[in-house]
Amino acid sequence: MGYKEEALRKARAEIPEVSPEEVRQIVGNGKSIVLVDVREADEFRGGHLPGAVHVPRGFLELQAEAKLPDRSSDLVVYCAGGIRSLLAATTLKTMGYQKVRSMAGGFTRWKQNGHPFDVPQFLNDKDRERYARHLSIDEVGEAGQVKLLKAKVLCIGAGGLGSPAAFYLAAAGVGTIGIVDYDVVDRTNLQRQILHTDGRVGKLKTESAKETLLSLNPDIKVVAFNERLTSENVDAVFKDYDVILDGCDNFPTRYLVNDACVKHRKPNVHGSIYRFEGQATLFWPGRGPCYRCLYPAPPPPEMAPSCAEAGVLGVLPGVIGVLEAIEAVKIILGKGDLLVGRLLTYDALETRFRELKLRRDPNCAYCAEGRAFPGYIDYQGFCGV
Amino acid sequence: MSKVRIPTPLRKLTKGLAEVDGTGATVKALFADLETRYGGLREKVFDDSGEIRRFINIFVNGEDVRYARGAETSVNANDEISIVPAIAGGR
Repeated sequence: MGYKEEALRKARAEIPEVSPEEVRQIVGNGKSIVLVDVREADEFRGGHLPGAVHVPRGFLELQAEAKLPDRSSDLVVYCAGGIRSLLAATTLKTMGYQKVRSMAGGFTRWKQNGHPFDVPQFLNDKDRERYARHLSIDEVGEAGQVKLLKAKVLCIGAGGLGSPAAFYLAAAGVGTIGIVDYDVVDRTNLQRQILHTDGRVGKLKTESAKETLLSLNPDIKVVAFNERLTSENVDAVFKDYDVILDGCDNFPTRYLVNDACVKHRKPNVHGSIYRFEGQATLFWPGRGPCYRCLYPAPPPPEMAPSCAEAGVLGVLPGVIGVLEAIEAVKIILGKGDLLVGRLLTYDALETRFRELKLRRDPNCAYCAEGRAFPGYIDYQGFCGV
Repeated sequence: MSKVRIPTPLRKLTKGLAEVDGTGATVKALFADLETRYGGLREKVFDDSGEIRRFINIFVNGEDVRYARGAETSVNANDEISIVPAIAGGR
């Protein structure tokens, strides 16, 4: 008997084998096993069992302790065909892992028998270059950048807040950016709405926004919703998006955005501006208060500041819109302390940020626990600022 | 004496001031005091029955008074009171 046969005979005597069907069943029953993929990096990239920990066989002694810290956990090791995994399993046993099994037939048989597997996404060389400054911070890194590229953020409005927010989201590599706006570019917008240009006065804002965003980052997708958001279309428009970024300019839309986010449990990044003052927070139904916990109903038209008083320092929406973009990125990455339950106010004249504590209203007409969704309300349109 | 932060939309009632001083042991008493100098402010914040309007929030040291005792929430000297109305602007 040659060395190889002898080594395999010994390994088989020591290591129990399990079939892909048994593994599928164990995972399906919710039993906690740790799947260990011992193939090479390029094989792993081609597809692997969902949730598998990747420790190439050649790195077992070096990486196992860090990647598999619990030596008493139930390990199922696999490779491509079931040979390398047997040998790797004996190494793990020698290292002190108590319960180690090998999956017979390996990933090849798993795939042949029609079981599910994941194909991890990796960045291409062009992405690596574009997002180099993201890749060098741990909180983003390759995995975070892949999340950003897969993420879908819907910007309500391509105006003062939506402009800087969408601009930075596109730069950051948020893969799909939806823009809802039915307006056309007016010269008075250009003092603050930096997505648009003087040459595009009279053009649709969604088209102008798309042109700017794609010229900054041609690898992303920009979806234009050239329509007014209403109770009729809000479900369809919101459907595909992970994060909603509210940069609209009127109360009826703000309440509609809130109510749809409550209904669909989507995070609603909120910002508003008036003259030299801005506010930002994150309403995330189920995790914190919603807009109606803070303001149960919109002010009647006669109590809202009049249109004649509308006015805003052009740079101010830059600050608030970018704060909104940062919250959206944090949500996608799953990093940091979010603005849930915290209203950040900014006074540009004083250069002062303040933070107010927001609470969830246990009797909120929309987001109270266990409450059936009461339906959308189309508030009468009026000039709210 | 407590400090009251006035939001931009209401500053025309406070002669443009962003912050005014007032005295009173409760939120209600404080606004009664402010009303003597800044007429019209109280009715912007409270409705006819004396309740805080639903589209306005008042915070005492960063805490929403609706989750304390509303208009009866006590106020101490040197507290900072913020009036935060709903603002829709974004364009």
